[in-house]
Amino acid sequence: MEHAVLFPYIRWIPALPLIGFLINGLGGGLNHSAATHKRIHYVACLAPFGSFLVSLLALKWLLDLPPELRLLKDTVSPWIFSGDFSAKLSFAIDPLSCVMTLVVTGVGFLIHVYSIGYMHGDRGYGRYFAYLNLFTAMMLVLVTGDNVLLLFLGWEGVGLCSYLLIGFWYEDPEKAYAGLKAFVVNRIGDFGFLLGLLLLFWSLGQKGVWTIEFAEIRGHVHLLGPGVITAVCLLLFMGAMGKSAQFPLYVWLPDAMAGPTPVSALIHAATMVTAGVYMVARMNFLFAESAFAMHWVAWFGAFTALFAATIGVCQNDIKKVLAYSTVSQLGYMFVGVGVGAYAAGIFHLMTHAFFKALLFLGAGSVMHAMGGETDIQKMGALRTKMPRTFWTFMIATLAICGIPPFSGFFSKDEILWKALSSPVGSTGLWLTLWVGAGVTSFYMFRLVFLTFFGEPRDEHLASHAHESPPVMTVPLILLAIGAALAGFLGVPESWGLGHNLFERFLEPVVGGHAAAAGEAAHSHALEFVMMALSVGIAGFGLLLALVLYVAKKDLPIRIARAFPAVYRLVLNKYYVDEIYDAVFVRPIRRASERVLWKVVDVICIDDGLVNGTARVTAWASALLRRIQTGDLQGYAFAMTAGILAILGYLLLR
Amino acid sequence: MNLAHQSLWLSAILFGIGMVGFLVRRNVLVILMSVELMLNACNLAFIAVARQYLDMTGHIYAFMVMTVAAAEAAVGLAVIVLLFRTQRKINVDTITLMKG
Repeated sequence: MEHAVLFPYIRWIPALPLIGFLINGLGGGLNHSAATHKRIHYVACLAPFGSFLVSLLALKWLLDLPPELRLLKDTVSPWIFSGDFSAKLSFAIDPLSCVMTLVVTGVGFLIHVYSIGYMHGDRGYGRYFAYLNLFTAMMLVLVTGDNVLLLFLGWEGVGLCSYLLIGFWYEDPEKAYAGLKAFVVNRIGDFGFLLGLLLLFWSLGQKGVWTIEFAEIRGHVHLLGPGVITAVCLLLFMGAMGKSAQFPLYVWLPDAMAGPTPVSALIHAATMVTAGVYMVARMNFLFAESAFAMHWVAWFGAFTALFAATIGVCQNDIKKVLAYSTVSQLGYMFVGVGVGAYAAGIFHLMTHAFFKALLFLGAGSVMHAMGGETDIQKMGALRTKMPRTFWTFMIATLAICGIPPFSGFFSKDEILWKALSSPVGSTGLWLTLWVGAGVTSFYMFRLVFLTFFGEPRDEHLASHAHESPPVMTVPLILLAIGAALAGFLGVPESWGLGHNLFERFLEPVVGGHAAAAGEAAHSHALEFVMMALSVGIAGFGLLLALVLYVAKKDLPIRIARAFPAVYRLVLNKYYVDEIYDAVFVRPIRRASERVLWKVVDVICIDDGLVNGTARVTAWASALLRRIQTGDLQGYAFAMTAGILAILGYLLLR
Repeated sequence: MNLAHQSLWLSAILFGIGMVGFLVRRNVLVILMSVELMLNACNLAFIAVARQYLDMTGHIYAFMVMTVAAAEAAVGLAVIVLLFRTQRKINVDTITLMKG
């Protein structure tokens, strides 16, 4: 693909937030009064906005080019040269990364603005915005990087920022622990990811192609054997499991809610967790060669989607419901890319960014009004007190449930259809996702009804409830517009309204591949039936929630009492955290304390190597000290003996 | 055995006596005298060889050695006087200041 067009401004997309990070990070200070806030948030918000403008410019340049030639490149400088391995600091914008940068910078900017209101008065104001900018920079490096090394750099960078931001209020040990948990679980995935990258690099190298650039790998993928390709794909997906919170590495995401709510919106809804999906889409040429890996990805996604949705049903913390919802929706995205419908997966990524960020920011707005309370059992009747928050939250809920004409309907429905129609897809996949959609609708409307409808369940908190300031509600409104209208970018072709614009746009990068082949084999009629079924089950979920949480409010408690074991199982998230704790955390801790610490560290290293070195030195010096007798004649004798020996040797040889 | 041989043998014997005296005697002044004896033995060797080969170099070296020996004796005696002032004894066996 040597036809790339030079666009030397791509580097500013990740660079501007990085500069913002440096300014706020180095000059922002640690303790803040409200007076210094302005300086900080102006720098911090202008940076992603600048990146957004450059991204728009890049989009315009892309659209001006014919579809086959849509690739913008910006090689900043040569970077590493080491034997067969070389890397350039080089960025590229093609339709896929263009979508990603627009989402990251656009939604990111709105969240930065929202944070001005949410984090007002916080002592760590400067630190917060510095981290937020760093995160944005790293994410943009991830999506604009033209080679595997930059992707990995961004990958690790966002993991770091996730840790820093989740544990932002580190003085609370539980919050600090949540940050640590996120980083460690992520690391486990990253281990697999790195192995996959290394295997890929090495395998290609064995065939004589030493490269880490995507275009070159794509060109030479046919050199690799099927076993190697499958292994690489599975290892890369392990990284995606950790980063994008799929089963079994999802456990960090609900705990990550300990961080500030805008962080949850940005990192754990719109951007970082989508890195795994982006990676699979970017490496589509690799995954397309291995049906096994695609099945694997799709089924893991489907399982996660349903599994997480069921946990969300019983959660009482508004953020935890949304966290499990995120895990579930990410599962949908992976099913999309797993069956070869890369455009569908990315489309859902985009619409999800809008409505999930909106849901989280709305939740933050509710928490702001309720004095930091997150227990929905203590909320109620907030729709009259916070109309803007309520209506935007409602739009987002309708979107996530896949109710037309909101964006979620188009993206989710396309995934469901492709899950059924693609050659790699199956009815089982569709069925899992379909049931999941019903559960999604149920828990989302449960959340809405308990939070915004009914009577206030805690009078004290309710009396203080008020709408949030414009700096918080305007981003909500803008996101709501996106959540409502973004769907029209991807209207299915079967509706006869012309092409699916989104799919067309991404085609040069992700190709027609498997999904399109399936398209021709199925009838439009079947597609419409499926569409009706998806809307139907979403409606069913809504009705069920209506019955249980508006009409007959005593029913949920009676159901919980009737099936106590099941209820407890789901309420405790199927005890997955407890199982991990017993199987992994505690044995490792015990081994660490009893062996690694007490034996290896204290005895072998501290006493053996460090103190031991000192002891050996002391012993040797005690031995050598005996030469210094202080006896002059003794010294003279030694000298004489030496001279005689040397002379004797020289004379007699 | 000619004169040079005999002189060199004498020089060697004198040097040996001087060296043994240096290593064995306990009195600091006697040690200094042994050093002088060694230096003189060297002088004798220089002169013996110079006379044998009729070369002036040996004689000149002898002069240098004598000069240095004189200076060294002066300094050495000064050091011994100072040593006596602080230690109040001249038996090197009992002076252990340099012991490490």
